[in-house]
Amino acid sequence: MSEQALKEVGDHIAATLGDDVLKVELKLGELMVTVRRPAILKALTFLRDDPACSFEQLLDVTAVDWPERAERFEVVYNLISYKHNRRIRVKLTTDEDTPVASAVPVFSAANWFERETWDLYGVFFADHPDLRRILTDYGFEGHPLRKDFPMTGYVECRYDEDQKRVVYEPVRLTQDFRTFDFLSPWEGMTNVMLPGDEKAQAPNDGSKP
Amino acid sequence: MTIATSAHPTAEQSGGKTQIKPYTMNFGPQHPAAHGVLRLVMELNGEVVERCDPHIGLLHRGTEKLIEYKTYLQAVPYFDRLDYVSPMCMEHAYVLGIEKLLRIQAPLRAQYIRVLFSEITRILNHILSITTGALDVGAITPALWGFEEREILMEFYERVSGARLHANYFRPGGVAWDLPAGLTDDIWEFTERFPKFVEDIDNLLTDNRIFKQRTVDIGVVSKEQAFDWGFTGPMLRGSGVAWDLRKSQPYEVYDRMDFDVPVGLTGDCWARYLVRMEEMRQSNRIIRQCLKELPDGPVRVEDRKVAPPPRGEMKRSMEALIHHFKLFTEGFHVPEGETYTAIEAPKGEFAVYLVSDGTNKPYRCKIRAPGFAHLQGLDFMSKGHMLADAVANIASMDIVFGEIDR
Repeated sequence: MSEQALKEVGDHIAATLGDDVLKVELKLGELMVTVRRPAILKALTFLRDDPACSFEQLLDVTAVDWPERAERFEVVYNLISYKHNRRIRVKLTTDEDTPVASAVPVFSAANWFERETWDLYGVFFADHPDLRRILTDYGFEGHPLRKDFPMTGYVECRYDEDQKRVVYEPVRLTQDFRTFDFLSPWEGMTNVMLPGDEKAQAPNDGSKP
Repeated sequence: MTIATSAHPTAEQSGGKTQIKPYTMNFGPQHPAAHGVLRLVMELNGEVVERCDPHIGLLHRGTEKLIEYKTYLQAVPYFDRLDYVSPMCMEHAYVLGIEKLLRIQAPLRAQYIRVLFSEITRILNHILSITTGALDVGAITPALWGFEEREILMEFYERVSGARLHANYFRPGGVAWDLPAGLTDDIWEFTERFPKFVEDIDNLLTDNRIFKQRTVDIGVVSKEQAFDWGFTGPMLRGSGVAWDLRKSQPYEVYDRMDFDVPVGLTGDCWARYLVRMEEMRQSNRIIRQCLKELPDGPVRVEDRKVAPPPRGEMKRSMEALIHHFKLFTEGFHVPEGETYTAIEAPKGEFAVYLVSDGTNKPYRCKIRAPGFAHLQGLDFMSKGHMLADAVANIASMDIVFGEIDR
């Protein structure tokens, strides 16, 4: 899988799909194509059927939540071509209310992966044959992988001896959930100004200390 | 069988023929043939499966959410608990993803050790898969024999990592410790004996009339279906696609290994069984090559910002002590970026889609479990088969709920 070959595929996709492709990136040797949301089915069908692409298999559909962005969800499709031994990642953005066309007509495998994305993120897939929750409990409320969903959740369950069934109650923590902020200027934060750092620049103004 | 009928089958006499209304049956979630907590809601016409709706998520632990709240290093043990039948392979995908984002590579000895233990893991997994699969279709002896071998392999796990199952042995930048003295000799001794064991299982099952009646032509998956439904690993190879990530996109030192990729011809349960049998033999070959070629050298990168310093150094060097402390409290920072890193796990393509925002915790860690894709194919594979064949299908998919429910 040479970078050059991937770049050529990326250019080919951008040339053929035209305006529907917003961005073609090649990072860490992985090809990423960002498409416009309404064009996803067209793009996936093209990627599957075009002989130069022939990404025959959809391996994964998932999402990433970026709450500070205007369209907070990034839906990510990972495809593989067995013929050319290549991978590609197709992305699009959406928000809580805007549906994304379901990829089930193109790849049957998308069915459960989209159900999972709906369950965990609340990304709605239009025309999905069976958009039920999949991983969370029956009757669960909320979308747990969103960044604004607390790690501890909202409800906890226990078996109630009197009612002879499992009951749900609001989460009660004997001690607050603790997240430790370990971020320090130890490494990776080289451009951070800490108190006293301004003295390091003092010799630049010409005056001797 | 745990049967709870929502609508009782009612036989009506009409014109001399007995009409049986289709009925819905609840299979599991506590059923030995469900390989864990699988709940199947099946629509049956007599004993023929018409529709089969797997309800999963009964083992959902929110691994992906938990990982977002842990440092990169703290998240490694979660991977052991995904596919608990092949723990080290799960860790492998994750540490490779981190290493890709960090742009580092493990030293050669560490790579060999990882490949060595990945293949031990593959044997561990396939023994369980084949023998419990045989158990599901009525053969008890293979399971009894197989678990003895598994115990030996898990002893190797224990000697190298301290734990029989949840190893937490692969670390970003290498492995946790070097191999203890004498382990390589014992693994070598095991590889000399192991082909005999595979031979024994082969004699018991492969041409066994009952076993073949239960597996041949059951759950046939065509090549096109395998592509369409996202099947990978033995499920794909059983359908005649010669594809193995260890060959086609080699990672670590797989490109130095000499092994064959078995491919099934018929795409049924029997073909997948044969593929797994042959993969065990090939894994044995890879293990022997690893042991033969195992180079000397460090087992972790020398970069102290990623891998902790050796104990001895910490006794003398203040800086080493600081590095150790910072690594196990704050952890290392991973540069911004994203990667989809896949490995050939025993069950298929196991991948980690890792998004980093430049801090010490993964921003998003999506786990692509092969079993998840396989299980959703159960409906089309079982349609038109008998109820008992659905069990054979589940067994041949090699379902483990730790990875499916995450």
